[in-house]
Amino acid sequence: MTTKPLISARDLRVTFELPSGGMPWTPPRLLHAVGGVDFDLMPGETLGIVGESGSGKSTLARALIGLVPATGQAKWQDGTNLIGLSPRKMLKYRSEIQMVFQDPLASLNPRMTVGQIIAEPLTTHHKGLSRDEVKRRVKDMMDRVGLLPNQINRYPHEFSGGQCQRIGIARALIVQPKLVICDEPVSALDVSIQAQVINLLAELQRDLGLALIFIAHDLSVVKHISDRVLVMYLGRVMELAEAESLYAEPQHPYTQALLSAVPIPDPQLERNKRMIPLRGELPSPMNPPSGCVFRTRCPRAQELCASHKPELLGEGHRTACHFPGALLPEEVARSA
Amino acid sequence: MIDTQQMQSLAARMTEAEVKGRSPWADARRRFRRNKAAMISLVVLILVALFAIFGNSIAAWSNEEMDFEVMGNAATMGMPSFANGHYFGTDDLGRDLFSRTVQGTQVSLMVGLIGAGIAVIVGTLYGATAGYVGGRTDAIMMRTVDILLAIPYMFVLILLLVIFGRSMSMLFLGIGLISWLEMSRIVRGQTLSLKNREFIEAARATGVPGWKIIIRHIVPNLLGVVAVYATLLVPLMILSESFISFLGLGVQEPLTSWGALISEGAGTMNYGTLWQLIFPLFFFCITLFAFFFVGDGLRDALDPKDR
Amino acid sequence: MSLLQIRDLNVRFATTDGEVSAVNGINLDVARGETLGIVGESGSGKSQLAFSIMGLLARNGRATGSVRFDGAEILNAPAPLLNKIRAERIAMVFQDPMTSLNPYMRVSDQMAEVLMLHKGMGKTQAVAESARMLDAVKIPDAKGRIRLYPHEFSGGMRQRVMIAMALLCRPDLLIADEPTTALDVTVQAQIMELMADLQREFGMAMILITHDLGVVAGSCERVMVMYGGRIMERAPVDPIFADPAHPYTQGLLAAIPRVDQKGDQLSAIPGSPPNMTHPPAGCPFAPRCAYVMPVCGQAMPPLDAFAPGRERACYASLDVVRKGHAPQPDLPEPAAADLDEMQESAHDH
Repeated sequence: MTTKPLISARDLRVTFELPSGGMPWTPPRLLHAVGGVDFDLMPGETLGIVGESGSGKSTLARALIGLVPATGQAKWQDGTNLIGLSPRKMLKYRSEIQMVFQDPLASLNPRMTVGQIIAEPLTTHHKGLSRDEVKRRVKDMMDRVGLLPNQINRYPHEFSGGQCQRIGIARALIVQPKLVICDEPVSALDVSIQAQVINLLAELQRDLGLALIFIAHDLSVVKHISDRVLVMYLGRVMELAEAESLYAEPQHPYTQALLSAVPIPDPQLERNKRMIPLRGELPSPMNPPSGCVFRTRCPRAQELCASHKPELLGEGHRTACHFPGALLPEEVARSA
Repeated sequence: MIDTQQMQSLAARMTEAEVKGRSPWADARRRFRRNKAAMISLVVLILVALFAIFGNSIAAWSNEEMDFEVMGNAATMGMPSFANGHYFGTDDLGRDLFSRTVQGTQVSLMVGLIGAGIAVIVGTLYGATAGYVGGRTDAIMMRTVDILLAIPYMFVLILLLVIFGRSMSMLFLGIGLISWLEMSRIVRGQTLSLKNREFIEAARATGVPGWKIIIRHIVPNLLGVVAVYATLLVPLMILSESFISFLGLGVQEPLTSWGALISEGAGTMNYGTLWQLIFPLFFFCITLFAFFFVGDGLRDALDPKDR
Repeated sequence: MSLLQIRDLNVRFATTDGEVSAVNGINLDVARGETLGIVGESGSGKSQLAFSIMGLLARNGRATGSVRFDGAEILNAPAPLLNKIRAERIAMVFQDPMTSLNPYMRVSDQMAEVLMLHKGMGKTQAVAESARMLDAVKIPDAKGRIRLYPHEFSGGMRQRVMIAMALLCRPDLLIADEPTTALDVTVQAQIMELMADLQREFGMAMILITHDLGVVAGSCERVMVMYGGRIMERAPVDPIFADPAHPYTQGLLAAIPRVDQKGDQLSAIPGSPPNMTHPPAGCPFAPRCAYVMPVCGQAMPPLDAFAPGRERACYASLDVVRKGHAPQPDLPEPAAADLDEMQESAHDH
């Protein structure tokens, strides 16, 4: 690909300062939510970001749109680094990058009508539009996401969860962004509705040429929509690859464990499935393990893993592991 | 190729009559209407308000006129009667108690409403700003409130009234100064919990400026709590004023208020003029009760989950 | 005789917006030692069914019908009897362990309290037994950790504590209401494995309530699919997945994103779940169903047995529904053969 990436992140870090509980002058404790993430996102591409709770996936998304302070680099297509931009300069990019949230109902202001909610980004970024023009565009967009335009004066609580998520999507798309970040957009929805929303997002992306960052906590949901998938653990990238390659030949032990844990709706396969159990518990992000952060739970961990942090290596299929490759049955057995 | 049929159906969908939404306020109104105690109290409040507004036009005597026939022997001549036009009787000076009560109701309601009004406007904006901005600003703003709350306000109010002289405006100033403090604390707490909701995050992500987020997203979602607290605040304001007037430091003659009337009535009850106490006290009590019931009803209506 | 026998169970809630019927005329039998999965989406009534068995309905809820546990009627039974049964014979595990653990009490005290109250054990003995149970749910260093407070455990460990507490009195029936929904996938897999092990070890019956058909596939013998407070289909686990006989089960299966299959488009069920304040007159699924007929809107189809152990509530004929369920292109051949075999056995009856 010769086109320039839409957004290109290098060594992106988010560190939260927690009050130390001591005197005002005691140094705050640091929580490294995201610890140096690199990725490129092409225009029109879908990147799935997968990780369990505490992996920093949502924080990463919020760092990209400037909701949490970050360091490092997230270069937009035009060469501007979005990290640390002043609110005034950032405003221009806020219409280019939009976000869809996890909880469909909580992400909509209960006291505003659907029309007002969807129109808000539009009236923020295009102040000169007439009232009728705004209304026309809102109705167009409602139709586009599968809502009846005559419902424009209704309130969020009058809609079901799936419909609320459609409202959230309409709000994100009304300013014609180039990138939409979806933070677990379907995990609060019922299965039958999940599929509707995923299909809608995929369709809109195709038609509008959007780039999508699709965040999820398990690998099954992102499979159908992602071109590439990025697996995170404890704020670090474990593996980044084309979706097909990642699901067929996961290299990183963590990805393999994650993949094996997804329940399959087929009793025969499920009974014969080889589960890769993870030892112990998620380490505290205040005090992450040295070297590879996954080593404390990895069936393949060796001394090198504790002393040296693995880099994200490889062309195309990139893995941050000293010893990548499919786990052997005896390794799995040892881990259990 | 344009699919004309599809275009037509799209056009049809676009022009279809818009369905009216059922706002959370409409829901609350419906729930409130079902609450009998609150509805009765609301009617009582409306009657008291009508009494304050139109009472003077049905009064036979003005509040400043003295009935010289009664003056001096109020206990025997000044009792309530329709014959001489003193529906509620007279006070010791022969003034018509009905029109005095109308005047007192006007003053007391005004004190209550203005006090609560200041609390709502100043307290909501102050609390919402502190809560939304957070950090050092929040700390400074809220510590200021703490300090102001630590001052015994009744003492300060009395001092103000003594130093600058008793006047209506001084009374409003004094009550207004203290009424918003508690409100701002409540509002700030609510704002903190609202601030982390996703719809606020959505607004921030799309670049809505801070003041607009406060006005459009935070304040409307606070109004439920504010409305409840404000209805409970009105009677508190009336009580404060009455207390000060009872001490003789409140509104000045010839103006009067419930507190002042009750004070007068209480002073003379031993001489057989009980009506001088009963009538103002009746209005005072039913109004306070009604406000408390309405406040309760509002809370239930606006926050149905809490039952 | 079955351990749990439910007949014509109805659950209604009185709300400000009118009466909500959460569960409608459910009949259900659970045998000793059996694992039953109840699958349904939000609003399907699956949790309210469990709450009504346990007598834990919210105050505005009312249950009618009959629930017999080991022969004794327990629906709307007096509180002392219910308390005794809840503590000793039926245990429940909830989605959020923090709602049922007291945050201000040490785990040891909470667990020992149960044993002291219901088994008459002394404190030392009760704590020792509790530690043994924590060990059984594979909490590392159980003896040391029993002195901790609930918030000092991680989410997965807290769920293990909950399970250990539920098992303290060795119940005959464990009802698990979405026990893994709040957990990460890797933890979920561990908890499900643990529950299967424990069930075998303790020989108890288990009702697993979940919205996730994948979880059911790995751990249940029988599955009951609910929608709009009614049973849509009930069958042993294999035919449910290989040969779903109800349009809703079909739709649900097709809508699940799978890591083990290719394909870009998920088939979604159109429409939204029913509003249970104003449920549809006939089959609750009718407005979203691809096989809908006029009769569906008039009366709820009866739950009919059409093969041994298999029941469905649908007016559309089985053949039509099966045909609509297009065989998945990348499914290996044997699966199709299985299907034929099952069809044959169905016709035999």
